[in-house]
Amino acid sequence: MAQKKGGKTAASDDPEELARTPLQAVLLADTFNLKFRPITLERPKVLLPLVNTPMIDYTLAWLESVGVEEVFLFCCAHAEQVKEYIGNSHWGQSHAGFSITTIESNFSMSAGDALRFIEGKNVIRGDFILITGDTISNMSLTEALQAHKDRRKKDPDTVMTMFVKRSKPMPLTHQTRLGNDEIMMAIDPETKQLLYYEDRFDSSKRAVTLDKSLLADNASLYLRTDLEDCCIDICSPEVLTIFLDNFDYQHLRRHFVKGLLHDDIMGKKIYTHEIDSSYTARVDNYRSYDTISKDIIQRWSFPLVPDVLYAGNRAQMRLQREGIYKAPDVTLSPSVRIGAFTAIGSGTIIGENSSVSNSVIGELCTIGRNVSIDGCYIWDSVTIEDGCRLSHSIVCDGVHLHTGATLEPGVILSFKVEVGQNITVPAYSKVSLLPQPSKQDSDEELEYADTNSGVIDSPSIASISPANIEHDHVSSFDTEQSVLLEGGLSGVGYIWTSCETGNEEEWRYSVAPIPVEKLKEFYAKMFDEDESSSDGEQTGITHSGELISESKSTDFDDSDGEYKGDVSKFEKEVEETFERALGGVAEENVQLEINSLRMSFNVTHAECAGAVFQSVIKSAIIASNSSKSNLLKATIDAIERSKGLLSYFITNVDEEIEVILKFEEMCMEITREFAPIFSSVLHQLYDKEVITEDAILKWESEKADADESDKVFVKQSEAFLKWLKEAPEEDDEDE
Amino acid sequence: MPDVSDFILKLQRRRIEGSHATARQTAELLRSVVSQTRMPYTNQAAALLDAVRAVGEQLIAANPVELAVGNIVRRVLHIIREEDLSSSAVSFEGLMISEKSDDEDDADHKGGPVLSAAAVAAAARSTLRPRSLQTLLEDGPLPAAPSKSSSAGDSEGKSKSDKSAVGKRLKHSVIEAINLLIEEIDDCYEDISEQAVEHIHQNEVILTLGRSKTVKEFLYAAKQKNRSFRVFVAEGAPRYQGHVLAKELIQKGLETTVITDSAIFAMISRVNMVIVGAHAIMANGGVIAPVGMNMLALAAQRHAVPFVVVAGSHKLCPLYPHNPEVLLNELKSPSDLIDFGEFSDCMDFGAHGGAPLMHVVNPTFDYVPPNLVSLFITDTGGHNAAHMYKLIADYYSADYLVIKRKSTSSN
Repeated sequence: MAQKKGGKTAASDDPEELARTPLQAVLLADTFNLKFRPITLERPKVLLPLVNTPMIDYTLAWLESVGVEEVFLFCCAHAEQVKEYIGNSHWGQSHAGFSITTIESNFSMSAGDALRFIEGKNVIRGDFILITGDTISNMSLTEALQAHKDRRKKDPDTVMTMFVKRSKPMPLTHQTRLGNDEIMMAIDPETKQLLYYEDRFDSSKRAVTLDKSLLADNASLYLRTDLEDCCIDICSPEVLTIFLDNFDYQHLRRHFVKGLLHDDIMGKKIYTHEIDSSYTARVDNYRSYDTISKDIIQRWSFPLVPDVLYAGNRAQMRLQREGIYKAPDVTLSPSVRIGAFTAIGSGTIIGENSSVSNSVIGELCTIGRNVSIDGCYIWDSVTIEDGCRLSHSIVCDGVHLHTGATLEPGVILSFKVEVGQNITVPAYSKVSLLPQPSKQDSDEELEYADTNSGVIDSPSIASISPANIEHDHVSSFDTEQSVLLEGGLSGVGYIWTSCETGNEEEWRYSVAPIPVEKLKEFYAKMFDEDESSSDGEQTGITHSGELISESKSTDFDDSDGEYKGDVSKFEKEVEETFERALGGVAEENVQLEINSLRMSFNVTHAECAGAVFQSVIKSAIIASNSSKSNLLKATIDAIERSKGLLSYFITNVDEEIEVILKFEEMCMEITREFAPIFSSVLHQLYDKEVITEDAILKWESEKADADESDKVFVKQSEAFLKWLKEAPEEDDEDE
Repeated sequence: MPDVSDFILKLQRRRIEGSHATARQTAELLRSVVSQTRMPYTNQAAALLDAVRAVGEQLIAANPVELAVGNIVRRVLHIIREEDLSSSAVSFEGLMISEKSDDEDDADHKGGPVLSAAAVAAAARSTLRPRSLQTLLEDGPLPAAPSKSSSAGDSEGKSKSDKSAVGKRLKHSVIEAINLLIEEIDDCYEDISEQAVEHIHQNEVILTLGRSKTVKEFLYAAKQKNRSFRVFVAEGAPRYQGHVLAKELIQKGLETTVITDSAIFAMISRVNMVIVGAHAIMANGGVIAPVGMNMLALAAQRHAVPFVVVAGSHKLCPLYPHNPEVLLNELKSPSDLIDFGEFSDCMDFGAHGGAPLMHVVNPTFDYVPPNLVSLFITDTGGHNAAHMYKLIADYYSADYLVIKRKSTSSN
């Protein structure tokens, strides 16, 4: 105990002490979500086999290899099973310098609860690694750990280093290889500090709203959407304290990371560490289960590959040509066709003329004749009778497929389900021996989706062991609804209706590849989006001066369409402002407002002047009630009234010319009623000193080369122009 | 035994690299296994053999590709057998000097057994094995020991009372013999590089691939003897250990040129000799070596350049290769070749029917068939590929080439 205390106090100041504290890790053997239901009703996710080895073995092997000395294994759902597995495996035996301590809590509903519980145990003494039991990695930790410690020494407010890796999301579906949503991070390029984190980023919107202070406080920052969160963190002990203080934090990312970044709690800082060549991935949904299995078979996770990492009692698989892993005691009929990148576990028997490709088959399976298996994950002791067709499915332990059964892509068959003769299980269906939890439950879960929906086994379900169900319920199945039974003789199991995401989204997280039609649909949609992109961008812009950072900000001025759209929108805004000005708002405020509009729309001064003038003229129309004689008078009034505003915005010759051109344009297009009185209005403008002589003369000379049709107004005001040219001195005297 | 499981884990996780380090650590581990084995009163050698076999089997299974583990296990088994046979011989013979040997056991554990083991090992070598040309030449002056042992037949009573002493002596002599083995592993670089001047001549151009410590020491030794020569180093993709070797050679003042692996064929015509290291030498004279070696060997053959393999005796494997490209190979992570992050987007998104289109293969070893190797240089001298099986017979007993599973069940 004394030793512990010594370590704790020294951790903060003495660097050598810090280095000497054993590296600890908190392994959450529960993911606190429902993505792997119905399988996780019967077995914890961390014990699900990934290429015939439970996921937790990968995680523990990695922790062991990076020099972690103490692992605190946090179990919640199915804690007994996890503990039993660890006890029986070689992890349970004592290794020099590697110990596993199990912490069990039945009340934790989320990662946040788990960490608060661990904090209560008072076992964490220094920096620790936070990882979930479904993470596969082979990266080295030395560098990042050192960097974290150095940062801690410099700045004690560093609480966490997050590992990220490069992974471009798919442009069509906006999800990563692992089926995760796109993530947007803002990272300081120098210090690698994480400044912004958005895990439900949708790049199809092409706009992102950042806090202005983010840009003000940092000289430069990277906005990156090509990163994936590895879900491995190096944490300082403060992390636990923060969780304790903020008891509403549940989710590690959504609450903790965002909370620290957005609420700016006590100036705590999070840094990122990007890994590039080594492999890290987390099995978060069925799609990532599929992807990661394939990566493992292709040896990206070396040395955590099937022929090296194996702790079972049966014969180990060996790698053969073309990426085929086969245990030595597999029995294959000579006519079996095994495709590349397939793993077949020990004791499995495959009958004549069957074909297996891109699949993983567990131990002690019996597969009949003429069976075709493509892209499937078949776990242990599965019986598949003759003539079955399986594609892109997960088949759990003890499942029995009777002759001629067909599994369409995306099917999940949980433990010991039976499928009757010649039955086709429709795509994306999930079948389990256990009934689906009541609707009310799932609604609640839907709300919190994957944040804190909590303990995977509600006690009522856990108390019924699968064996009981088989004996007690099978007979009563006939009366209950069970789609499988309708056509078959001996099907057993409930088909779950997908409640969480709905059928449309099912393909996204399924083991099955994305259907071609879906991809086509997305492709078409993307083209539409491209065409209407200009509109989309405008709607993304807000008026109140919020800063919009475009992913492609250079696009702004490139396309004409966008540009014009902007100006017309700007004019409209100015008009509205002007109307409000007539309603009695102080002139300075109007000036300010128009100015800020000008900046946010990024239009030139001349355009701004034009817009203001247009507003003035339009107000005159409204005032005049559209009679011609009144019009002139109303115009003069309007100009008189807003003289100050006009002179504020019209400061030089260029702007004056713009105003004249604008007026001309208006007379020809929008407000034709002004056409007859163009020259009189021009005169008025001159009299009121809104427009100078120079500008008018320049306008005339500019128009000299123009088409005849354009010269209408020049001709109309010929007399006025002549007068201007003849009596310049008078002018001066007038002024 | 915690040591054993630790070592097994290290082997499994591929955390020990290089056959030299593996061999040495295996020998040390087996030494501790021998010293921890409890000796029964009867059939002590069998007890030791069983213990070593049980551990050895696990070690070999932990990393079947690292052949040095199996080599050392087999050599230790061979040592135990030799010591057993010779110690029974010596115990009879020892009667004549019984007073002296009794004292030895109590007071002077170290001095005695070393002598006996060393002498007896040499003696036993000549008795237990059909005489190869080499053993005849090497052990010429020592055939006296066995003839003596046969003469001392009538003093069984005395030797029975000595039983415990003999038991200790067997264990000790085995441990000492293992110490000698470790020493031999340590000294292999020196023994090999002593021969360097005989092979490297003035102004020659030597080509090597990748980085082998044996080759490095070999070249150093030639340089020290004031031979001046050039070295071409092929970089040895994808791990580029050749770059490291080039740096090390330059520090010793050797003229070094680094070339890409793909330039080997272009450069080979300028080369006088190819000297490379090996991962293991098989019983047929074939070589398991870092990837790219077969290409180099073929290029050397095409231009009639001598292809010389230098390797310590711990790399001699008594097994014949069967399908070595697959069974004695290891596919490492593709990230040596390309970065996962950079290429992850072109690998798979669940499109393309589920099967990723890009595969990256990164084998560790190549198999060079014996006919491409001109000469092997081991710590005992230069050998022809066809001669390897005889050399191997010197180090291993034929009985223990296959380490069977049934031996563990009996234990």
